[in-house]
Amino acid sequence: MLSTLLVNRLLMALALFQPAAQGEFVPVTPGTATEQLPAGPLVIAAYAIIWVAMMFYLWTIWRRLNKVESDMRALERRRAASSSAK
Amino acid sequence: MFARTALLVLQKDFAIEVRSREILYTTLLFALSCVLIFSIAFVKEGEPLLDAAAGILWIAVEFAGTLALGKTFERERYAETLRALLLAPAPRAAIYLGKMLGVVALLAVAEALLVPLVALLFHAPLFAEPLLLVALLAAGTVGFSIVGTLFAAMLVRARSRDVMLPILLYPMTVPVMIAGVRGTSALLQSPADTPSAIMWIGLLASLDVVFMTIALWTFEPLMTE
Amino acid sequence: MRKIFLPLLVVATAMFAYAPYLIDGAAYESSMGLVQKIFYFHAPSGMVMLVSAIVCGVASALYLWKRNPGADHLALASAELTVLYGLIVMLTGPLWARKAWGIWWDWDARLTMSFVGWLIAISYLFVRKYGGPGSDKLGAALAVFGTANVPFIYLSVNFWRTLHPKTSVVPTLPPLIAGPFWFSALALFLLYLLLLTARLHLERQRAALDALYLEEED
Repeated sequence: MLSTLLVNRLLMALALFQPAAQGEFVPVTPGTATEQLPAGPLVIAAYAIIWVAMMFYLWTIWRRLNKVESDMRALERRRAASSSAK
Repeated sequence: MFARTALLVLQKDFAIEVRSREILYTTLLFALSCVLIFSIAFVKEGEPLLDAAAGILWIAVEFAGTLALGKTFERERYAETLRALLLAPAPRAAIYLGKMLGVVALLAVAEALLVPLVALLFHAPLFAEPLLLVALLAAGTVGFSIVGTLFAAMLVRARSRDVMLPILLYPMTVPVMIAGVRGTSALLQSPADTPSAIMWIGLLASLDVVFMTIALWTFEPLMTE
Repeated sequence: MRKIFLPLLVVATAMFAYAPYLIDGAAYESSMGLVQKIFYFHAPSGMVMLVSAIVCGVASALYLWKRNPGADHLALASAELTVLYGLIVMLTGPLWARKAWGIWWDWDARLTMSFVGWLIAISYLFVRKYGGPGSDKLGAALAVFGTANVPFIYLSVNFWRTLHPKTSVVPTLPPLIAGPFWFSALALFLLYLLLLTARLHLERQRAALDALYLEEED
């Protein structure tokens, strides 16, 4: 679902590239700009960065939580084993 | 009681230092080497970059100060006198203040060497406004020492303390450094830009007050183990 | 809290996924065009980063004076989120700047102080991880100092001449822009709260595990 949303976003952003309102940085006197960077990829990159960062962070929490919980289970097992051995 | 304790701690450190002069000499030599390396590194068309004087002065102070801080508390840790200090029936904040003043004194000596040296090597008119320069250096050094002493004291028992001190200290002292360098650059203009310099000194002074307040508050709960 | 976590997470994610549609409909900012749309993510992330830094500082102060372990957990979790949102700000900002100012980075007051604040948060995490015994209190002191930085970061644009826009921009947004802006801000803030909750849960489990280990040693 998220990927389709992302693809939709991409298509809509690309659609914006058709001459709409000012989509690029237009210099005051035409012909003086030395480079024309397309703004679309920058916006998409910014949006993507946030997704990636959030998901990465959630993943690290999940990974660490798994480790802690498995350690806890191992500890409980050892405790149960030692107390039943007594 | 508070001031007396601080002065006593300062006297103690001074007495120890006068005997061996180890920290003093190593700090001075390190500062010298810093200036040398930076002058060689920052060249323009084969000549040292004269505009870099302000920056190089403050970098040398910061690096030498970090070294001095590390060595001062290393000495305390080695002789295990830190616990004795903390057990003394004296307000902990006064102990902190005494240590901080010791670091300021050490850096003041280093700066007394560095300033003429930088002025000489970079043809920098550092002595055009001596009073303002002293005020600027004092405010900056105090700011640096406030933060440095606190962190160095806390790192005494930490692991990898040698590398931790710069990691913690440098970001925190960036505002002090910026103000110091900009103020010094203002003084190095010809004619010296005194209103700007005074503004930077004012900023440093307010930073010092903020840092000092926080440091005095946090030293007590920090050192109670 | 446990029960509503997952639904809230879905809601927040949906909000964030929907945000671009709203942002699309928002008015074009006249001088910067399309690239200005990054504002809808960059500015709220900055706001959340500063809020997170303040939470970390207050929790650290509480820990220093009251030795409350919950405060310590909150400080650590908040510091991690300060680094996360700071990373977002530091990456989205230059993407915008490259187009709007022509340069990736500048050393003006706002950018420099934000970078310093971010570095302080990272050094906090270093201290907590590699500092050894006593690092929790050292980190707390560091966080208190770092939080004193936050007003400087926020107000720096108003006092110095900077490339970065001033703080007066956000309160005076025109309605067409304000709507999507606050929607994105809400989404990002909600995500912050959810991530904080998850991280706190991890920290509490870690503390419980440590307690179990200590018990076992007896």
